[in-house]
Amino acid sequence: MSEAVQLKTSPHLRGMHSVDKIMRHVVYALIPVSLFSVMQFGLSALALIVTSVVVCVGTEHFFCKRSGKESTVSDWSAVITGLLVALILPPGFPLWMAAFAAFVSIAVGKVFFGGLGYNVFNPALVGRAFAQAAFTVPITTWTPGMAHRRFLEFIPTTLTPPFLKPDFEAFRVWVESLKIDGYSGATPLAMMKFDHVEVDTLELFLGTLASSAGESSALLILLGGFYLAFRKMLNWKIPVAVLGSAFILSGIFYLKNPEIYPSPFFTVVSGGLMLGAVFMATDMVSSPVTPIGVWIYGILIGSLTVMIRLFGGLNEGVMYAILLGNAATPLINNLTQPRIYGAIRKRKEKAV
Amino acid sequence: MSEHFSIQHFLRGTFHQGIHPPENKHFTAEKPIERLAFPPQLVLPLSQHAGKASVALVRKGQEVVRGEPIARADGFVSVPLHAPASGVVKDICLMPSARGPMVESIVLDVYAGDPQEVLYGTEVDVDAIQSSDLMQAVQDTGLVGLGGAAFPTHVKLSVPEGCVIDTVLINGCECEPFLTTDHRLMIEQAADLVAGTRILMRAVGAKRAIIGTEDNKLDAVEAIQAVLKKDDVVSVKAVQTKYPQGAEKMLAKALVNREIPSGKFPSAVGLGVFNVATATQIGQLLPQKQGVIERVVTVTGPGIERPGNYIVPVGTPIRFILEKLGFQGSARHLIMGGPMMGGTVSSLDTPITKGCGGLLILNEHQLTTEEQMKRYPCINCGACVDACPMMLNPCELGRMAHKAQYEVMAERYHLNDCFECGSCSYVCPAAIPLVQYFRVAKSVNRTKAAAS
Repeated sequence: MSEAVQLKTSPHLRGMHSVDKIMRHVVYALIPVSLFSVMQFGLSALALIVTSVVVCVGTEHFFCKRSGKESTVSDWSAVITGLLVALILPPGFPLWMAAFAAFVSIAVGKVFFGGLGYNVFNPALVGRAFAQAAFTVPITTWTPGMAHRRFLEFIPTTLTPPFLKPDFEAFRVWVESLKIDGYSGATPLAMMKFDHVEVDTLELFLGTLASSAGESSALLILLGGFYLAFRKMLNWKIPVAVLGSAFILSGIFYLKNPEIYPSPFFTVVSGGLMLGAVFMATDMVSSPVTPIGVWIYGILIGSLTVMIRLFGGLNEGVMYAILLGNAATPLINNLTQPRIYGAIRKRKEKAV
Repeated sequence: MSEHFSIQHFLRGTFHQGIHPPENKHFTAEKPIERLAFPPQLVLPLSQHAGKASVALVRKGQEVVRGEPIARADGFVSVPLHAPASGVVKDICLMPSARGPMVESIVLDVYAGDPQEVLYGTEVDVDAIQSSDLMQAVQDTGLVGLGGAAFPTHVKLSVPEGCVIDTVLINGCECEPFLTTDHRLMIEQAADLVAGTRILMRAVGAKRAIIGTEDNKLDAVEAIQAVLKKDDVVSVKAVQTKYPQGAEKMLAKALVNREIPSGKFPSAVGLGVFNVATATQIGQLLPQKQGVIERVVTVTGPGIERPGNYIVPVGTPIRFILEKLGFQGSARHLIMGGPMMGGTVSSLDTPITKGCGGLLILNEHQLTTEEQMKRYPCINCGACVDACPMMLNPCELGRMAHKAQYEVMAERYHLNDCFECGSCSYVCPAAIPLVQYFRVAKSVNRTKAAAS
């Protein structure tokens, strides 16, 4: 009988989740959305996703090595950022610009703060915000989905040589050659905002219209979300709060004037709200942890999105809404400390 | 698992949050309590309870009879000690304890071949004992909380001034994975349990008693119901199976929906909480005027060949139990108590004490998978916040512990309300040793407070 015994402190059991496992499953949940994006936009979407993921992982690896630390890419979080960056860009976005956005998302959004767990903002959205400011025209240039030659050729803007402007004339000619009826080059949200034309909500839900690479199919996004929530790897309260508050708030405006305001159903399935609510607002690092805080955070994001969409200069506001929510997270956490078991009320304490 | 999905399960009482670790009770839940042979030598630490150590009444070379008092209580928060076997006192000296430090212990050489009948003790009519004298009678049995805390039972019977105890709660939750002592006791010794419960009620002046157990032990509920009278003041109630339901604060919430205020005892909300093993022992010992000399221990885990529920004399060395039951030699991870809150055993020569209800032997497989869990920075997932049964914020506390802000933790984040159930460490996907941090923080704060 061996004399040496193992000395440890309790608990001697451990739960099944680990950080890399959670992150890996988020990647799994994003796979259907990514595949659908490739199906819809073809080669360009595939190249966009690959570029973004490779650059994100490479950037994280590079910075870890530069600072003499063990590489953290094995925790899969850089892959998530890479996927998300690609999925929230237009499918024909020039690859060199996408690479830039991906680099910024990891470098500025994550590494500068100290890596996984320390970032204040969702890294993918930091990259998107950078792209929005730096490449204003390409980021609002939308491609119709399901073009019949999508698996044979790239969208012309995709292969823009590095540091050059995309050739929009070639793009226009290419779009016209597709001969798609009624295609205006605008997203359903832009059509809604500027022309008050509401497209079919069911088509939006299934994802057959112009959009960012991965924001189109609300259905597939929801499926991924259900999977993660079921595995307890996603806080279901956040998407419920975001979508619920957006639905209710836009519903109020719609009832007031259905002529100019979109229906609440349109609101929740259009643009990036679904992807944002399910995969980005729920980023654990940059969202609150307290039970009440989570609801406040979700409602803040949902209502900010609606306010920006209806009254701001932009037709889409999910990105800024989530970034603002991220910024408010420390404050929300601080103000919503849970009421502990057996708490003695402050007032009573003073009386004693 | 099936009962976790039934409607009745969700209608049963429970507390907020908590976790569901794998129960692992199947090793021993069906095994009736068995008596293990007497070891050749017993080691009896003079301090097996919270409070002052007992004072030895015997000297080296003295013969003792099974059941005879061999040490007396030193003051109120202390208990006597009784000889668990007939034999001769070999020595009174420092011996290793399960936790590590050497402690003053009586070493008893057991007479081989002795029938080991309990000759000591006289029959008394418990009903004739005045309730004011019950406390003394309980102290004389040497009883301590057998659920693990080992707090002298009679001290809990002294109701603080200004408090009225209306309900006695008997804790049969046994929420720790693997352990089944309380489960078997409730099934096999239900009559003694109920008798002990009635004595406890009388001692604290309570009008009713509720025996609470988790709904993974519904056979125990039936066994107890069978010995209860019609319209009995004692009742038995199943609550949802969830860790740490067996903590007295969680039990009070689940059974009578009362919250024990921060820093107070259950008496502050009219409750007296006792473990089922404690109540059963009272039911057995008081009518005979005997002392605690043995207890039921669940010896279990993948590292033992014949797991089961065994009655062993207090002071039985762990090595003896392991040799008897087929220790799988490679296992070196021994836990006294359950896997969530129990401590590892420092040496195989340490004895089973009064408060020890389980001996868990984990094997190397479990050890390595756990060791392989990589540490990550906190990712703010909030799993610990959703698990903490006290609704603390272990996430924030962990960050502060990292920066050694122990005083802020206590002042602003209720560190002292943490009872170290370990749920936060269990769920943490980043493998941050949260509860371990909190223990360090509390201990540093205690040292500081003592110094100033």
